[in-house]
Amino acid sequence: MGKVVEIRWHGRGGQGAKTASLLLADAAFNTGKYIQGFPEYGPERMGAPITAYNRISDERLTIHSNIYEPDYVVVVDDTLIATVDVTAGLKEDGAIIVNTTKTPDEVKPFLKGYKGKVCTIDARTISVDTLGKYFPNTPMLGAVVKVSGVMDEKTFLNDMVESFKHKFAKKPEVVEGNIKALERSMQEVKGI
Amino acid sequence: MAIRERMSGNEAMAVAMKQINPDVVAAFPITPSTEVPQYFSNFVADGVVDTEFVAVESEHSAMSACVGAQAAGGRAMTATSANGLALMWEILYIAACSRLPIVMACVNRTLSGPLNIHNDHSDSMGARDSGWVQLYSENNQEAYDNMLMANRIGEHPDVMLPVMVCQDGFITSHAIENIELVEDDKVKAFVGEYNPKDYLLNKANPISVGPLDLQAHCFEHKRQQAEAMKNAKKVILEVSEEFAKMTGRKYGLFEEYKTEDAEVAVVILNSTAGTAKYVIDQYRAEGKKIGLIKPRVFRPFPVDELTAALSKFKAVAVMDKADSFNDAGGPLFTEVTSAMFAKGVFGPKVINYIYGLGGRDVRSTDIEVVFNELLKIAETGTVESVYNYLGVRE
Repeated sequence: MGKVVEIRWHGRGGQGAKTASLLLADAAFNTGKYIQGFPEYGPERMGAPITAYNRISDERLTIHSNIYEPDYVVVVDDTLIATVDVTAGLKEDGAIIVNTTKTPDEVKPFLKGYKGKVCTIDARTISVDTLGKYFPNTPMLGAVVKVSGVMDEKTFLNDMVESFKHKFAKKPEVVEGNIKALERSMQEVKGI
Repeated sequence: MAIRERMSGNEAMAVAMKQINPDVVAAFPITPSTEVPQYFSNFVADGVVDTEFVAVESEHSAMSACVGAQAAGGRAMTATSANGLALMWEILYIAACSRLPIVMACVNRTLSGPLNIHNDHSDSMGARDSGWVQLYSENNQEAYDNMLMANRIGEHPDVMLPVMVCQDGFITSHAIENIELVEDDKVKAFVGEYNPKDYLLNKANPISVGPLDLQAHCFEHKRQQAEAMKNAKKVILEVSEEFAKMTGRKYGLFEEYKTEDAEVAVVILNSTAGTAKYVIDQYRAEGKKIGLIKPRVFRPFPVDELTAALSKFKAVAVMDKADSFNDAGGPLFTEVTSAMFAKGVFGPKVINYIYGLGGRDVRSTDIEVVFNELLKIAETGTVESVYNYLGVRE
């Protein structure tokens, strides 16, 4: 059996954690992988904590359950750390990636003694700089690809150009900003 | 060349419907099947299908509209879940007895109450005696493939019965996974045109549909309906073989996964069968001889084939994602065991687990519990409990 990379996303309803997990699935699919991207549906409302999942593999995936021992955890909103057990089951040879203005050392004390790698990314600043608005999705996607190494960075970036061109066919002006957001987050993610 | 794609189970079913391009789709939204008519109505709005989309005010009307359209001589399809299916109830039976090969995408969700939007099989299991052919699907690929085969099965002159294609709500309906699509022209050629022998709008040979049918003939009509369901088995195998020639994907009445030398096996429908495969691969690496039987066709129930396949095991766990509240086992268990009794298959010890009700996540560790129990039974020959619940707080 090949290695399966399992990723769990924590966000708040309306922030696009589900969309980010689907974007990651898309990107991995485009590089030839077998993928799963699925949200855990609950009583959804704006601002409520939500969870989404990805599995990425070189072989066909058959398992259909939630992910309890992820390789990577992505936290789209750092206020969740106080209320959700974001490191539950997270493998110590994996990593957690948090969207925050803080440094990894500043975040670590809030992670219930998690001994693995802690990475941070200021997705808000990057998003506002490159897109003019707060869309944390694209920077978080760049960060998770960088930290997990789940696909080749160059292939990923080239592919995302095409993907964004397709996705934003009616708004071509935002393609460049999104690519810049990806590039910047891949450079600026801290704690690798 | 197959088209490599990724999409959710709901989108896969909607794409199949687009490629089939039926005359009429009548539907009312209900989670988690809502996306199927939602995607499809986009295809209608974009003009990529020439289907008449009927946005009805209830599922009872959706099924009634399908009955009307199909009786008129058209090809009608719908999608629903849970209480939507329940509201269709009386018309399900009328569609079947009127021998109208309507096709339904049934995205399995627990039937209220308690009120819950998540997956189990209490909706379609409740409809098991309504006279519909029932096909179950492990993932988006199987949901798509079963939809492509459904019209051919139902519309066969020896069958003429409605077909329900089931997949697990949210677990596969809302999960994006890899899929191989068939090209539009190939689907068109495979599915073909619907040319019923008799239909309402045939001026040359007018008929009545659904008239009063009392003691003189009703029983004969029911008997013919039963014969049609019997015929469906052969037709399903023929259509599946033709489908395999086109796609390379082989389907039977059920899938046998690593059963050749297996001492114990589980019988599971839909997505949890995939999780069982994952566990089987891991246990096999440790030398444990375990396997899976995944029924694809629940109606007609493949009595001969299934009992023959099960006869070689020492112990079998039949898994039900629906409870019959009868203190005697879930629907799949009671059918499997009564089939074994009728066929004189008394070798395997058979136990039942009710699992995953109301969307309770089924973890690989849950499936391990089942296999561990089966291996213990195979070794000791003793069954401690026949009727069990898995993954519930007692």
